[in-house]
Formats: sequence, structure tokens, C-alpha cells
Amino acid sequence: MKLTLKVWRQKNSDDKGKIETYNVDNISEHMSFLEMMDVLNEQLIAEGKEPVAFDHDCREGICGMCSMFINGEPHGPGKGITTCQLHMRSFNDGDTIYIEPFRSRGFPVIKDLIVDRSAFDRIQQAGGYISINTSGNTIDANATPIPKDDADKAFDAATCIGCGACVATCKNSSAMLFISAKVSQLALLPQGKVEAKERVLAMVEQMDKEGFGNCSNTGACEVECPKGISLENIARLNREFLDASITSDK
Amino acid sequence: MALTGLFLCLFLVGHLLGNLQLIAIPGVEGKRAFNEYAHFMTTNPLVKILSYLTYISVLFHAIDGVLITIHNKKSRPVKYVYKNPHNNIPWYSRSMAVLGSLILIFIVLHMSHFWWKMKHSSIPMPVHKEFIAKPQMSPYGGIQDTLVSYYYTTKGDYVPADEVKVDYSNKKPEFYVNYQKYDENYKASGTEMKIGEGYKDLHSLVCAFFGQDKMKEAGIAANSNALVAVIIYVLSMMVLGFHLMHGFSSAFQSLGINHRKYNKLIKVVGKAFAIIVPTLFAIIPIVIYLTR
Repeated sequence: MKLTLKVWRQKNSDDKGKIETYNVDNISEHMSFLEMMDVLNEQLIAEGKEPVAFDHDCREGICGMCSMFINGEPHGPGKGITTCQLHMRSFNDGDTIYIEPFRSRGFPVIKDLIVDRSAFDRIQQAGGYISINTSGNTIDANATPIPKDDADKAFDAATCIGCGACVATCKNSSAMLFISAKVSQLALLPQGKVEAKERVLAMVEQMDKEGFGNCSNTGACEVECPKGISLENIARLNREFLDASITSDK
Repeated sequence: MALTGLFLCLFLVGHLLGNLQLIAIPGVEGKRAFNEYAHFMTTNPLVKILSYLTYISVLFHAIDGVLITIHNKKSRPVKYVYKNPHNNIPWYSRSMAVLGSLILIFIVLHMSHFWWKMKHSSIPMPVHKEFIAKPQMSPYGGIQDTLVSYYYTTKGDYVPADEVKVDYSNKKPEFYVNYQKYDENYKASGTEMKIGEGYKDLHSLVCAFFGQDKMKEAGIAANSNALVAVIIYVLSMMVLGFHLMHGFSSAFQSLGINHRKYNKLIKVVGKAFAIIVPTLFAIIPIVIYLTR
């Protein structure tokens, strides 16, 4: 496969950055997208040029590290996959592929295709946890009865890998799907209900501080989410937030 | 946005039901029904409260929408070089701000066409023409029916048009009955008394605005650009339809009303609302243009 790559190059967060065009040859359709990027980088190193910096880690779709906005979509074409699970057979010989970093005020570019997603960490730290006794008296999780349906919904929400595709694709660059998954996962379970009100208020406050936009319910995030997190979670977040805003002491 | 949006949806239903009287009931009866409804809407104190609620909702919905849109635009300072949004969401969901702005422009136009004229200009009092049998000798012999114009007043009485004097010197036109025999009916002193102050012929105004004046409506000049007006109104209703296509179900989602059992119902009702309500609104000027 012969491809033309239009890649966003940016030296550092202060640099303005621009699109550079590269040609790669002998790309196997069995390669993953990241392997294709590896080929490009080896080629660039051989030419004495700076390789393209991009995020990656597990390369099996569970760590949420890889990002990239490929041909106008986060994680490229295809549903329910991350960039590392995207294979070159999704493209045709001679294609031009645009590769850009995730764009949001909350995700500043560090270098090339790497963005700083620590905003998500700070949102998690604001309330995405439960306070439990770990001093040797930990209660066995199975001792607390949980309805199967709730457990399933909580698990579905917990599959969010925090990759940021929802923010990247949202026309408002809103992080609501991410926060809703994190809030839902805990709000659905008895262990999480104890701190539910403070949690949702704190996490939403942090989300606003990080500079993400507002949700206008377009549903693009749900379509692009590699883990298929449902909009149902955003409604639950709205419910939790409304309830907490009205009834919480804070 | 959700609460004001849903309130405005309710307003649309009320406004539509009122306006459908323009085409639902034919002839003089329809004109009377609509003018009575218009008089009720402009004078009833409860309606006044509702109308202020509606103005506030429109303003809040618009201002909040603009602020949110500005904030959202700022949330992505560097735009994508290549974006493929039609892949995952319909265009109208992405264009709510543009559609909303167009609707706001329409509301201003619409209010200047009818609301402003109704409030601040002299529109004639409704005249209803009807054949009444008068024992009058026809030149051909026998009894002949003659066409008599009369005012139908808010008090439910009929006053022959030539017995009424209209004073346009004030901002609000005042109507007086000159004829002595009406004194008793109106329980007022003197020979001149008000009948149905503020009772205006909105029906004729609307028909003159959209129609081609086939009926020669009561003293109101026909709109020479009636076709343009009809097209603008129909296009505006299409814009409203697309705004509702996203907005209706989106409002429920924003309020956290999302349940597997009812999601389909909300979606279907939302789509049906977005199609039926604007279509019925759009039919009114079309029918008036074709028949009036």
C-alpha cells in the first residue's frame, strides 16, 4: 500500500504547528495504524528527521493511551475501536490520510500528536472514587447485594478507558460522556451512593474549570466512543447533578 | 435551555390551535371566532401573564443559547484541519445555534407583522357582512334580501355599521354608537358610547397580509408581496421543524429523562411534533394565499 500522510507537526506547546505531508510505501494491510506510524518514524529517522511523537501503550485497546484524530474522526474510521485496533485494511492504496491531535482547550498539545489529558485525571481526583476503610476491615464486595441490572449498567459505564475521543469528536469539545461514565459507575452501586452528591458536584465543577464545553446532546460522542458508552449515562449525570444541586448541603 | 424550550413547545401548541381557526371555520363565523379569540388573547389578564412568561422564555432561551455557543466555540481554540462530522450526527443537531438565530429573526418579523400592528396601529373594527331579510319591495316585486354590514361587538351585539362612528384621533381607536336606540342595550349615558374598545379585526389583517385581497377585506390594503411573505413563513416553519427535530428530545435528555422504556416514545413524539406542528403552521398562510 502506498499512502500520503498529512500529519500535524508541532515542536512544543508554544509552537504554532502545521500540517506536513509524508509519503509511505510498502504498508501491509495487516498492520495496525500505530505500526504504520512506526514505519513512518523509522523512515523519518533514516532520513535524519525528527520522528512523529504519538501516544501509545498497551496496543490492545484497553489502556486508553492512543489517541489521534484520523480523517476527521477520533480513532479513525470504524466503530468501537481505538487507534491501535484500527488496521490498514480500512484504507485503500493511494489514500490520503489526515492525522491530527485531539483538539480541545482542556487537551493542550504537548508535541505533534501528543496531547495533555491530565485534565481527566484532575476530574477523577475531584470525586471519581469511594472512601472505604482499608485498615484490614475491608468488607467483601460480594457481601453487598446488588441488583444484576445495576451491576451490568455500572460495569458498562466502567468500561470507559478515558481516552478522550468523546471530547475530540464533540462539536462543543464537551467531556460530559467521560464524566457521566465515571459518575454513573459509582452512583449505580451502593458503595458509591454514599458520596454521590458531593461527587457529581465536584466532578462537574472541575470539568468546567478545565475548559471543556457544554453538552448539546448531539450524540457524536456515543457514536465515536471505542467502548460504546451510552448517552443514558449523560442523562444520569444530569439527573444526579440536578438532584445534588437542589438537595445537597453544599 | 431545556425548561424554556419545552415551555415554548407548549406555547407553539396553543398558538397553533388559536391560529388554525383562521382556516378551520369558513366564512363570517370563522372571522368572528378568530377575532373574538384575538380579543380574548389581548385583554385577558391570565393570558397577559402567560404572554410575559413566553417573552421571558424566548429571551432567556436566545441569550442562554448565544452564551453557551460562545463558550463552546472557545472550548476548541485550534480547529481541526479535517473533520468528518456528518459521519456521526445529523446536520440539524450541529446547527442548533444557526437555526435558533433564524427563528429569532423570524419572531421579530412575525411580531412586527401582526403583534405590533395589533398593539400600535389603527386596525378597523371587525365588520361582518351578512344577508338579512328586510321587508323591502324589490323593483321586480316581492321581498328582496339586502346586504347589511354590521359590527359584532365584544358584548355580543350587532350594530349596523353606518350607525357607528370610529374615532381614530387617539392611539387606540375608539368606537361610538350614534344611534339613540342603542342606549338601552349598552346602558351608557349620552348618545355616543364605546363599543368593544380594542376590538380589532386581526382576521382581516392576516388575510390581507397573506392573501391577494380577493375578498376585499375591511379597509386594509392588501399586501402586494403576499407571495414573498408566504414563502418566508413557510421556510421559517421548516427551520423551526429542524430546530425541534433535535430540540424536543434533547430537552428531555438535558433534564435527565432517559429511560429505556420511554426513550422510543420521546423520540417518536419529538419527531412527530417537529413535523406536524410546523407543517400545520405553514399550511395557514398557504391556504389564505390560495383562497383569500
